[in-house]
Amino acid sequence: MDRVHELVAFLLIALGVTLTKFNVAPRVMRPLVRAQIYRAGVCLLPMIGFLGCALGLIIIGQTVSLLTRVGAHSFIGTLMVTVVIRELGPLLTTVVVLARVGAATVVELGTSRAQGEVEALEALGIDPVHYLVVPRMWGLAVSVFALTIYFVLVALLSGYLFAFLQDVPLSPAEYFHQLARALRWEDFALLMLKTAAFGIIIAVVSCYQGLAKPLRIEEVPIATTRAVVSSVVACVFVDAVFIVAYLLI
Amino acid sequence: MNAAPETIARPPVIEMFDVAVATARAPDTAVISGVNWRVSLDDYWVIGGPTGSGKSDLLATAAGLQRPLSGAHRLFGSELPSLHETERLRERLRVGVVFEDGARPFPQLTVAENIALPLRYHRDWNDAMIRQRVGEMLDVTELSAFAGRAPSELARALVPRVGLARALALGPEALLLDNPLAGLDPRQERWWVDFIASLAAGHPSMKGRKMTIVVACDDLRPWTSQGRQFALLKENQFLPLGGRDGLERCNEPLLRDLIAAESP
Repeated sequence: MDRVHELVAFLLIALGVTLTKFNVAPRVMRPLVRAQIYRAGVCLLPMIGFLGCALGLIIIGQTVSLLTRVGAHSFIGTLMVTVVIRELGPLLTTVVVLARVGAATVVELGTSRAQGEVEALEALGIDPVHYLVVPRMWGLAVSVFALTIYFVLVALLSGYLFAFLQDVPLSPAEYFHQLARALRWEDFALLMLKTAAFGIIIAVVSCYQGLAKPLRIEEVPIATTRAVVSSVVACVFVDAVFIVAYLLI
Repeated sequence: MNAAPETIARPPVIEMFDVAVATARAPDTAVISGVNWRVSLDDYWVIGGPTGSGKSDLLATAAGLQRPLSGAHRLFGSELPSLHETERLRERLRVGVVFEDGARPFPQLTVAENIALPLRYHRDWNDAMIRQRVGEMLDVTELSAFAGRAPSELARALVPRVGLARALALGPEALLLDNPLAGLDPRQERWWVDFIASLAAGHPSMKGRKMTIVVACDDLRPWTSQGRQFALLKENQFLPLGGRDGLERCNEPLLRDLIAAESP
């Protein structure tokens, strides 16, 4: 429970620093945010593309094919929006970003802390939370959102491709018309909020695990595992809140 | 502490009143107690102490990076916690710190980027002004040839100079150096001792202004002819010795050990 309190306190500090130092040193901060977007977003495009294709071919294609065979193809749009856009897309993307970037962040910041770089920043009058945590927070928020959109598009397209190859009697126009009909503007707004929240959670939990206390070498794998587990649990809780929001709209 | 009258007349840079210095490893434990210390403008303090005596923690507390466990600490006459964040930052930046262990340059940045970082963060300068100041710092620390390299690509003896140049970039009025000669060969030691002496005398890169210097070390030999005030850290106590005459008069066995210390 103490750790939850500390994590929440760390999140509030990071958000507070973001607001109070919003315009501080933009020439230093903007390249740092861009570097995080490149690292957690651009570099993961092939991996997310591959996973989107796999999900589309294996699951969506079969679902589309099955629904059409039993005559329930009018539900395809609703099903795709609910499963892929609202749930699978954000969660799978977050897990990939967490595995590739979150874990590395713990090691990186743990090493920085052990080498005294945090004290060196303080000595230069640079707030370590501002320099080390805030760019990761916003970089990951933007990256998870953008990657989720990319993942969803690839999955929906490859899913239809699979159904088309199986001679499902569903025209592309009808497929995309159903998707468009099932989508509401709230879906876009909530998807943006949810993926940004997931990105912030990964960043804050990983940074907390790396920076909270000086890590000995043998503690690094434990902190990394803890960051992954805590992030997944926190994301699932936040997801539950969004499910309630979806049910209410 | 027996300070000379002219020392008292000069404005204070660092003041400590009955301070208990915490250790970074165990923040609730005092590594040095009862520190009463005043560093005045243009002082050149040399503090000797064996490994683990709390030199780094004393310097971190003096620079305002670490809060004292008890007692009062002032920087340029102000207690930092009582100041607004902006003023606190301004006072803190009047003191530069050169850390031990290679002065801790940021490994992901090049030498020039390391030096430019505090300028880009704190100064509203254009790129040309920043480049000029970075170039000046590279020149004085003889690192111009390595500006585009990562600190890990430098010879080990040159790495601490990156931290020195970075600490000087903002033009601080005081410089605290933690064991700056650790692991250096005699030629490099000479460079550092001479350069710090030139800073204390008023270096052109600091607009000729004399800098207040505090050096913590575990080998006093290179500093006995440089420092103007000396102190020892012994058994959790801060023992001011006075000037060079006080150093010569002192019969403390630890002082003999530190002066006779073998270079690492």
